[in-house]
Amino acid sequence: MNVIENLFTGLGAMIYDFLIWLTLPDWLAAVILLFLKWLLIILVVIVDVIILIWLERKISGYIQQRLGPNRLGPGGCFQTIADTLKLMGKEDIIPRTADKVLFVIAPAMFIIVAVMLYAVVPMGKDMMIVDFDLSMLFFISVASLGTLALFMGGWGSDNKWSLMGAMRAVAQMISYEVPLAFSLLGVVMITGSLQFSEIVAAQENIWFVFLQPIAFVTYFIAATAELNRGPFDMPEAEQELTAGPYTEYTGMRWALFFLAEYTNLVAVCLMCSAVFFGGWHGPAFLPSWAWMFIKAYFFILVFFWIKWTLPRIRMDKLMEFSWKFLVPVSLGNVLLTGVGLMLFR
Amino acid sequence: MLNHYGAIGIFLVLTIIFPIGAVVTAWVFRPKYKKKPNDDKQLTYECGVDPKGRAWVRFRVNYFLYALIFLLFDVETIFLYPWAVRFQVLGWFAFGEMLVFIGILALGLWYAWKEGALKWY
Repeated sequence: MNVIENLFTGLGAMIYDFLIWLTLPDWLAAVILLFLKWLLIILVVIVDVIILIWLERKISGYIQQRLGPNRLGPGGCFQTIADTLKLMGKEDIIPRTADKVLFVIAPAMFIIVAVMLYAVVPMGKDMMIVDFDLSMLFFISVASLGTLALFMGGWGSDNKWSLMGAMRAVAQMISYEVPLAFSLLGVVMITGSLQFSEIVAAQENIWFVFLQPIAFVTYFIAATAELNRGPFDMPEAEQELTAGPYTEYTGMRWALFFLAEYTNLVAVCLMCSAVFFGGWHGPAFLPSWAWMFIKAYFFILVFFWIKWTLPRIRMDKLMEFSWKFLVPVSLGNVLLTGVGLMLFR
Repeated sequence: MLNHYGAIGIFLVLTIIFPIGAVVTAWVFRPKYKKKPNDDKQLTYECGVDPKGRAWVRFRVNYFLYALIFLLFDVETIFLYPWAVRFQVLGWFAFGEMLVFIGILALGLWYAWKEGALKWY
């Protein structure tokens, strides 16, 4: 059991020791180890996204009583790989009137921001790239940079639909960022720390979802809107805006946008399981990282389920729901937590 | 071992390489044409009709109002996080102070609500 539990941490320590044994200086060994971790994360992200896109198409197919992809491989499981290869071979078209610099930077920035989230997100016990005292603040602030990338894409395309989609994306994402940040405050107040390892350690006896049920619900709704998913996908409402900010993108750049979107999804779900569902705590017959991913995948499936079940929400309802309901409720939750902590400490 | 911020810095540099690598890989794989693409291909796609004018037009002020309120609350978030971290140590006095702070902001939200800034036209 111990071997599987410590598979990744042990491997990391072994590689570090080996590099030291090669008489490399400390810092160089650490940098090489960091590079290997980064490579592993990129691999996990890409494989994860390939599986998730297939899973989403399959699940949405079953929800809508169709078969979904079923030609390539058993159950169509090679469909995404074929799609990726196809996207690689596509011509790279940049509209003549577009702002070329913004147009090119936007998808790159979106994926950079998405992957940067994995610098702090825990993937198992002691399995995060850096575990420092501002992890959660880092997560929230980096996640909010994605708004900028979407807007750069929409503005740079010089397409009216793109711009409209980008404007909607910005309005929606900044509106839902406030309740997202507020709903995490309750957890921070209970643990008194912004460090993921301490937040998860505090949940050994009771998961925070039971102490902070309102915060969990507001977090989940706000996260759905932040990811532009589910009933909140106004920025890329296909029927009216073709594809929102992504309209003008082709080939690899478009693939980067999609990769980033699913990468964000996984990061937010990992965060959700770490903060509200006890992170890597679970019965000992599975290693900590397996629990982490099982929980995260459960939330991903819930996101899929919601997206393909509920109809899209109108823009005005969407904005008013955030400012007139979620913000007061999440603020009230902070006050409630404060009073509760003061009285029952 | 590495400093936390140093590690994040290196991680950022490595991550910047990733999209560049992806685009370059795609460039290697895709067929290349010597001829320049014609004008129609480089038009923006607006449902098949030739686009009229540029997209960079004036936009509704509503978005700006939301951005202003967002700015207000985002700054509040910055103040709330350190308070939340030290909450259990600081006790009732800090709680009361934060109550006043949140009260003033709630008043601001109520005012924006009353003036119709939260209404989407």
